[in-house]
This record gives sequence, structure tokens and C-alpha cells, in this order.
Amino acid sequence: MLTILFDGVAYGMLLFVLACGLAITLGLMNFVNLAHGAFAMAGGYVTVLAMSKLGLPFLACLPLAFLVAALLGMILEPTLYRRLYGKSHFDQVLFSIGLAFMAVATVDFFMGSTQQNIRLPEWLRGRSEIGGVGMGHYRLLIIGVCAALAIGLQLILSKTRFGSRLRAAVDDTRVASGLGINVNRVFLFTFAFGSGIAGLGGALGAEVFGLDPTFPLKFMIYFLIVVSVGGTTTITGPLLASLLLGIADVAGKYYFPKMGAFVIYSVMIVILLWRPQGLFSRGSGK
Amino acid sequence: MSGPQPAFPLARVSRRAEWIILAVALVSVLLLPRYYPVMNQMAIIALFAVSLDLILGYAGIVSLGHAAFFGLGVYTAALFAKHVHGDPFLGLVIAAIAAALLGLATAVLILRGTDLTRLMVTLGVALILLELANKLDWLTGGADGLQGVVMAPVLGLFTFDMAGRTAYLYSLTILLLMLFLARRLVASPFGMSLQAIRDNRLRAEAIGIPVNARLAAIYTISAGVAGIAGGLLAQTTSFASLDALDFQRSADILLVLVIGGTGYLFGGVIGAVIFTAMHHWLSAVTPQYWQFWIGLMLVVIVLAGRERLVRAILSPFTWLLGLARGRSGPAK
Repeated sequence: MLTILFDGVAYGMLLFVLACGLAITLGLMNFVNLAHGAFAMAGGYVTVLAMSKLGLPFLACLPLAFLVAALLGMILEPTLYRRLYGKSHFDQVLFSIGLAFMAVATVDFFMGSTQQNIRLPEWLRGRSEIGGVGMGHYRLLIIGVCAALAIGLQLILSKTRFGSRLRAAVDDTRVASGLGINVNRVFLFTFAFGSGIAGLGGALGAEVFGLDPTFPLKFMIYFLIVVSVGGTTTITGPLLASLLLGIADVAGKYYFPKMGAFVIYSVMIVILLWRPQGLFSRGSGK
Repeated sequence: MSGPQPAFPLARVSRRAEWIILAVALVSVLLLPRYYPVMNQMAIIALFAVSLDLILGYAGIVSLGHAAFFGLGVYTAALFAKHVHGDPFLGLVIAAIAAALLGLATAVLILRGTDLTRLMVTLGVALILLELANKLDWLTGGADGLQGVVMAPVLGLFTFDMAGRTAYLYSLTILLLMLFLARRLVASPFGMSLQAIRDNRLRAEAIGIPVNARLAAIYTISAGVAGIAGGLLAQTTSFASLDALDFQRSADILLVLVIGGTGYLFGGVIGAVIFTAMHHWLSAVTPQYWQFWIGLMLVVIVLAGRERLVRAILSPFTWLLGLARGRSGPAK
């Protein structure tokens, strides 16, 4: 029972890492990016390649995955994404689905459609009993990384100069640029950072979720659930939503294996009916 | 012709476009017997796109899960033909009713919230149906698909032949019929009120349009039409499979509509012809990577601007239309 809870928390934390980049672009920059999973997939494949071809240790691959995905975001933001900030959500959806499809086909072309495996180092594969609860070491690592990330993000957004610039740029782009804030640069870094986190999530999650070219589409719905249920005005909203989703999904699969993903989808629909702005957003949100 | 003129200028050309489509379709029946199966696909996808245009182009409802209704139509028609009765028209009616009922039941979901919420719940509904079809394998055949659908002759006269001639003519007839009905619908006061809601929901409410009831109604109708398109697919291919409900299907149909343009019904038809022709040709060249080209098309179209593309596609047609108008009306 507690083990399920623990696994659910780890699963949810992982979802949070994967989705919080999307929460940033969607909530702060108001851009619907359905290709978000593609950045996560990029991180996953970077890890697989770096480990098998370069022989790097797993932990060294994590920052690498972050950097590559962030770089990818840094290239794509000014060339493609920036033109779409002012367009309708419908255009953004079409555009980012297109990008996701292209990513899927490209990875399929270069890497083949088979599922890739990540060989975890020995010390991460074990399991410990702590207070009668079996905890996988890898799950513990995931929870640690994600908790650090969540706290860090919250601090960056609320306490640093960059965070206040970003919030200013989002609230009123014109006034912000009038005050001398380089809005384009702020958005560029935010987007790259969000993509980088997704890449990190992809690297961490490759072992749990499995990694194959359809990854961006398969998990798109999960990211969207996290973001839309959690609301996009805070970091804590998506965090709680992903924990909830993780625990519900793991418990659902354990107790009612026949029901498959029904539980998740139905819960999402009910929550969105009940609170269209998300479960944890205050007031009407932005 | 009675009824007010639609505000969107493209809608005005539609009456002549109808004759051109009819003429092209009839000529295609005579000249291209080798391509009956492909043209059958075109007609079905066109009808599906028209159903999406009804909600997207006229009522402004974005949907990422329209395949739910299409897929329900596919399975209903296939199961009905297999277990109850093989008559095609009866099957279509049942498929339409089933899909429309689902549309009515889920219309509640699209009335509230923002675009994002709507994208999510429509996607969610489609995914739930896909899960259902996958899990209920004693009924639907699961991942193996549903085989052994045997259709009775259309009207008791025309059997479905191997070349697909009957299938194509049958789908084409239904498509033209539905196009005609859809055009009447969107030009009616009901259709006008939908466009008012699309353009400014608050104002529409203020002048006394029952916004929620109208949106629910068009969503139900659109679902029914999508169900008919699905029914046609099941009947003409004698097969139902899970990919009818797949997310890919919903994305494809969005692309079809975007290629042809939204908000004037014929965009779906033009888009379906272009899309299916490209699919046919590109998947012959690179079978696996068809998805890449879909993605590229979507990205390019959005970056280039959707409206401009529609105008570029339509320009040869408008030239034709001008020609037809210069002489004494539509000749065909």
C-alpha cells in the first residue's frame, strides 16, 4: 500500500519534471506547445546515445540532456516559435502538432522504431526497505531531483530579477519593453529553460516510461492533463496535479488493471467540467 | 435564393462551386476507373472534414478529438451490418444516430471553459473511446480489427463490386447530399446565429441568441455527420479498425480542413482531394515517413498564414467561376 503510494509519488514527480516546462510556456507565455514532448524525447535519446556511444556515466548524461534540449529550444524559439506568439491558439496547436509529427518521423528515420533501453548503473538498481516500505533507489533519486527542481523553480520565478522580468513581460509586453526589458531575450531564455527541463525529464523518465519515437504523442495527453488540471498560474498547481495523477495512475493500474487509462481520462474530464480553469488556480486566472 | 448572404465572401462562390464539384465528380466516375478506391477515400474524408468545418468554421469550436464520432460511426455501421442487417442506408442512419447521441451527451463538455479546456476534453473523449474499443475485444475485435462485414446491395440493386465503383458512387452520393444539406443549414437563420456566436459570443448572447443550446445543437449535428462518414468507411471497406479512433485521425482531419480552409464547407472537399492525393503519392515514395510530410505541411501552412493559402488554392477556381459567370450561368 505504502509502496504504491511511493511509486505513485515518484511517477508523479517525473511527470512534473516533464510537464513543468509546458506549464511555463503555456501559463507564462500563453503558448500551447503540443510539441513539448519532442524536447523530452530529445533528452531521452541524447542520454541513450551518450551512454552507448560515448560511454558516459548515467549521471553525467542528465546535464547533457538538459543542455541539448535547451539548445534545441534556443534554436527553435527565435526561428519558428516566436512568429506564433500573437496568433490564435488554434494556429499554435496546428503548428506544434506538426512539429511533433516531424520529430516522431525524424527520430524514427535515424534511430529506428524499436524501444530504447537505458542501463542504469549498479547502485541505482537496488531497493531498500525503509520503515517497511520498499523503495527503489532510482525512484528515490527521481524524487530528490524533482523536489529540488520544484523548489528552485519557485524561487527563481518569485525571488530573482529574471523572474520578475519574466512576469512583467508576460503581464504587459509593451510596457515591459518600454521599461527597458529585452522581452525577446526573456522569452528566449524561458523557452530554452523549459525545453531543457523537459529534456532532463525525458532522460530521467526513459527508464520508467520507455523510450520510442512515438513518445511525444503518447505522453502529450499526460502533460496536458497536468497543466490543465493544475492550472498555469503557479508552480505548485502543476506539482500537486502531477502528484495526484501519478498516484491515481499507479494505484489505478495496480487495483483495476482492466480499466486501463479510463480512470485518468474520466477524472480529468470531471475536474475540467467542475473547474475549467484548473483545480488549483485562484480566481479566474489569466 | 432566399436567406441573407453570408458575411464571408468565399461562401458566396459556393453555389457555383457546387456545380463544379458535381461536374468534376461525374467526369471522374467516367474517366478514372482505376482510382475508385482512392476517390472513395477522398469522398469519405471530405464528408468528415465538412462535419468538422460545421463546428470549427461556423461555430468556432476547436476539437482535437473529432475522430471519436467518426470512429463510433465506423464501429456502429460495421457491427450493425454484421449482426443485425446489411442494408447500407439503414446502417448509415444508425451510425449517424449513435454518433449524434454521443455528440449530444458530450456537448456539455464543450460549452464551458477556454479553448485549451475544449481541446483537452475533446481529446479525452476520443481517447476514452479508443480505450473502450481496444478493451472490448469480444465486440470490436480489439487491435485485430473487426472483419467479416458483409453489405447488402445498395437499394437492393447495386452490389459492392471489387473495382469499388459502387462504393465510390455510393459515398459520392451521400457526400453531395450532405453537402447540400449542410449548405442549407449554414445559410439558415440557425447557421447565421452560429456565426454570430463565433464572432462575438457576448454580443450574440446580448441580442438573445440561446448560445449554449445552439452550440450543443451544431455539435450534435456535426457528430452525426462525422458518424455518417465513419459509417461509409466501414461499409465500403468492410472493415473496422482501431485507427479510426486514433489521435492521428483527428490531426489528419484538421490538416485537411486547414489545407482547404475553414468556414465555407467546400474547403473540406478541396482539402480532402489534395490531402488524399498527396497521401497516395507520398506514401508510395516513402511509406514510413508520411507523418513527417504531414508535420511539415502543418508547420509551413501555419507559418505562411492559413488565409493566404486558401486564396492561393482557390484562385484558379475563382478564375473558372468568373468564366462560368461570364457565359450564361453554370453550364453543366
